[in-house]
Amino acid sequence: MSGLIVLVPFAAFGAGLALGRRRRTAQWIAMAGAGIAFIGAVIWAVQVWLGESSVTVWGEIPTGWIPIEIATRADGLTVTLVVMVTAVALAVQVYSTAYLKRDRRYGSYAAFVSLFTAAMVLVVIADDLIILLVGWEIMGICSFLLIGHYWELSEARSAAAKAFIVTHLGDAGLLAGFFVLATQADSFRISAIVAQATPSATLTVALILVLCGVVGKSAQVPLHVWLPDATVGLTPISALIHTATIVAAGVFLVARLYGAFVQSGTALAVLAVIASVTMVVAALCALANDDFKRVLAWSTSSQLAYMLGGLAVGGFSAGVFHLVTHAAFKAMLFLAAGALAHAIGTTLLSRMGGLADPMPGIYVATTIGLAVMIGAPPLAGFFSRESILSAAEEAARNGGPVPSWAAWSVLITGLVTVLITAAYATRVWLLAFHGAPRTGDPRPHDPHARMGVPIGLLTAAAALLGPFAFALPGAVDPGTSGAADGVGLHSTTAVVSLGLVFIGCYAAFHDWQVHGGRDPAAALGPVRPLFARGFGVDALYGRTVVRPVYGLVRLAVAGDRDAIQPYVLGVGRVVRALGALPRSAQTGRVQAYVTTILASVVILVVVGTAVGLR
Amino acid sequence: MIDRLILHLLMLVPLAGCLTLFFLPRGAATRLAPLVGLVASGGALAAAVVAAVRFDIGSSGTVQFVTEAEWAPALNLYWRLGVDGLSLPFVLLTALLVFCCLLYTVRVRPAGGRLRVFIGLILLLEVGMIGTFLALDLVLFFVFFEIVLIPMWFVIAWWGDPDDEKGRTSAATTFIIYTVLGSGIMLIGFLIVGVRAGTFDMIELAAAGGDGMSARDQLIAASAIVGGLAVKVPVWPLHTWLPDAHAKAPTVGSVLLAGVLLKMGSYGLVRVAVPVVPDGVRVIAPILGGLAVVGIVYGALACLGQRDVKRLVAYSSVGHMGFVVLGVATLTPAGLNGSVFAGLAHGLIIGLLFFLAGAVKDRHGTSEFAGLGGGLYARLPRLGTLLTFGAVAALGLPGLAGFWGELLTLAGAFDPAAALGRPYFLGLLAVALIGVLLTAVYLLTMVRRICQGADVIGPRLSVLGDVTGIEAASWAPLVALIVLLGLWPALVLELVDPVMSGMGS
Repeated sequence: MSGLIVLVPFAAFGAGLALGRRRRTAQWIAMAGAGIAFIGAVIWAVQVWLGESSVTVWGEIPTGWIPIEIATRADGLTVTLVVMVTAVALAVQVYSTAYLKRDRRYGSYAAFVSLFTAAMVLVVIADDLIILLVGWEIMGICSFLLIGHYWELSEARSAAAKAFIVTHLGDAGLLAGFFVLATQADSFRISAIVAQATPSATLTVALILVLCGVVGKSAQVPLHVWLPDATVGLTPISALIHTATIVAAGVFLVARLYGAFVQSGTALAVLAVIASVTMVVAALCALANDDFKRVLAWSTSSQLAYMLGGLAVGGFSAGVFHLVTHAAFKAMLFLAAGALAHAIGTTLLSRMGGLADPMPGIYVATTIGLAVMIGAPPLAGFFSRESILSAAEEAARNGGPVPSWAAWSVLITGLVTVLITAAYATRVWLLAFHGAPRTGDPRPHDPHARMGVPIGLLTAAAALLGPFAFALPGAVDPGTSGAADGVGLHSTTAVVSLGLVFIGCYAAFHDWQVHGGRDPAAALGPVRPLFARGFGVDALYGRTVVRPVYGLVRLAVAGDRDAIQPYVLGVGRVVRALGALPRSAQTGRVQAYVTTILASVVILVVVGTAVGLR
Repeated sequence: MIDRLILHLLMLVPLAGCLTLFFLPRGAATRLAPLVGLVASGGALAAAVVAAVRFDIGSSGTVQFVTEAEWAPALNLYWRLGVDGLSLPFVLLTALLVFCCLLYTVRVRPAGGRLRVFIGLILLLEVGMIGTFLALDLVLFFVFFEIVLIPMWFVIAWWGDPDDEKGRTSAATTFIIYTVLGSGIMLIGFLIVGVRAGTFDMIELAAAGGDGMSARDQLIAASAIVGGLAVKVPVWPLHTWLPDAHAKAPTVGSVLLAGVLLKMGSYGLVRVAVPVVPDGVRVIAPILGGLAVVGIVYGALACLGQRDVKRLVAYSSVGHMGFVVLGVATLTPAGLNGSVFAGLAHGLIIGLLFFLAGAVKDRHGTSEFAGLGGGLYARLPRLGTLLTFGAVAALGLPGLAGFWGELLTLAGAFDPAAALGRPYFLGLLAVALIGVLLTAVYLLTMVRRICQGADVIGPRLSVLGDVTGIEAASWAPLVALIVLLGLWPALVLELVDPVMSGMGS
């Protein structure tokens, strides 16, 4: 079954490229691929949830070192994510048939979405680090191609290359980390590595190297810069990238290697610090940004930091649960943003307003999605966020796999982020749907059914996943992952965070109301541009990394021309001088060269042999 | 019977094609030249496939189809040929690339006329290249190694860049001076080995593993052999012949130069240097590894500075061959496997990229970024897509052939042979990883500049059109193999690993 779920979207990719010239064919291939994969995933998930976890070895690649084994696994974590990935992929494929209705490049687009899906499924089912890496990197190139869908636009070109290169930067560390893990266990198999992990300095080093890759893929500080730019791609692609695929892969990898991570408090502490910084920084950026999609992008970074924070403090199920909830509500919000963009031709909040009346369906859906995001009870977001916060509180007070200062840092920044999240969600909701219309288009309307239905279903999932929370610890098999925790609520944190949600919402609403519908972000005053620019990190990297590299480029080019070439030409001159005698006798250049060559070889060999043998 | 003939057929068929062209009456030969080339190279490819089918994969670690004959026993010269899991993939690669090149030549003639001579020289080149991979005697290896140079000189100098006669001649000359000096130095190493060990038989020498040679002799011989081969590979800083030669050569010449000739150097390292003078190689391996990673980073940086597609593709070889050399320098089975795999993958990928760069140049009259502008996707979508595919393959994407070789050479550097310094090689690994990243940067930059972006040239090129039938036919095998080896690397590794596992120290 696991093979089928990878191979079907992969086949859809191949078929889409080969036969996708006709639009209708391409649509059917894409939807059939995603649909069959989704149905297969659900059946498989039920089988695994009712049955037992298993690992299958399909073959082996000799390396002369530790062999690469083509091994897949069927366990709770895997099937939960496979269902999530294929569900979002199906929603995106169906939505895209309407969203890209007039796009001439739909065929290749749909094919690469299929490949993207296959690659993510491969990551999720792999039980061998190198096989996982294959899927991991293929997603990178798919994101490059899909973000660059509008390759005429220079922003799209830059964003596409940036997404690939920044995540690739993290992958350099990841590969080294994989090597260390593999030598420790004498196997690339994840199950062997997790089973044999024991606390040691080497393990800590390995896991910190692995975190480089996680930070890149999951858009955490300091490699977060690619994600906001990636929103220049098509909206359904943002929905796919920001929820179920690339960014989820980073969180998933930590969950997959969790049995090793819990053996290293230091690695978890590093993760906790990264998560703490990212969740606040990204939330502040989301608060200040004027582009709906960029707000959502920054929010993704922030929410992923939540998940990683949850994992860092020992909340395995909590982190995975939030990953699933987030996939539902963020995919839905992106698709809704796409519907808005479709209707009014922009994603800038400053040009929206008053859209509740003309677009009631999107209004209701977005309202629910945002409510899930801020964690309003009894929606799923409430349960998943509270599980993370209570895991943090537990670890901070009673100790956990991570030093308690790190757990405190996750708890405090987590609460601060609750406040900011509530504020920016309210802000977006008010600016887009309420107040006076600022759109140029006179007749915005709810989208086509093929866009509306996926949004509706994802909204329902986002809202209703809550009760699922109590089944989750069993579903994701913490036992096989080396963690033992549940999804629970701590009354203190629950009360505090609900209070913060209320304050955040009220503050944004109050500011908006008092100033007659002004953007609440204006209240940030002089720091707003700084937040909106993402704290100027891009410019900093430009100065400290990109420019020096191009300095080296000039050096290399000049080096070849001025430093290395001359010594060769020098040799050439000597040789030519040796050949001067025969050349004077013959006029043809060719003969001169050939003679030169032969003469020089003979001389070299004689002299060399004499020197070498004496 | 067929087993005894097959290796000779591999060389006799192209040789016969070459001679046919030279002895046929001029008019008939000119007319028939493409056909003769196609048949001869197709015959060689068929022979290579037959050899592969009859090859006993179960014992790919031993040399098979061995033929041995006295040549000049007084001078200790023997005609010894054979094939094992290491050489078989290179033979197949060579036969395939030559066939693709001559298929391409049926329709796309190189500028410079004299097609009969051109095809004859390519066939002669094939004899030398295949012979190099089949030879089991150091002198014979050297002879084949040298046979290749003369036709290549003519190919570059006569059919090279039609707009730059001076440039192409000087590129050809620089190429030949460098490589002849290199092979001269290599020959010194061979002679030292031959005199000290009393034989040129590569099987015997490899089995002896340097026994009977003092450490000093081994070191001198290894330095000479590795130093000489390093020119061919090329190892930084001996690479400066490469960009000019590749960029000025005609498309077919570049494909064979980068696809096969460079591999003769790396094959020599694995076939001769490592097993024959292991103690000597062990001493110089750290230096070799250091130069390799410098080459990886330097090549990538130089690529970022190029403003011409063909030169960029040419420079990319410096970086990619850096991985091939790094794998050898680790002296581990993993590194050596990686080196061979990376070499084969590079042969396929760089072959495709040179074909594509040539096609871009043929259609636009220039291969400079400034002249091409952007928007190849809009103007020539299939060519643009293939160029993207080639770039993605070259940056080592998993699932395509370029990945596995890089992975294994890096694994070798992570865990080098016991006699080598681990911390030093970890440092090399770190630098190589930076190189991996920079490689992605320059290749994506190329895609961004040429394929993406607004099309400023427009439909002026509609006469030439997108990928033609003959182009598709001659590139399809490369694309298919890049995907096949990417998805199923065991296909090659199961052949190569038994040889390497017996060799790594």
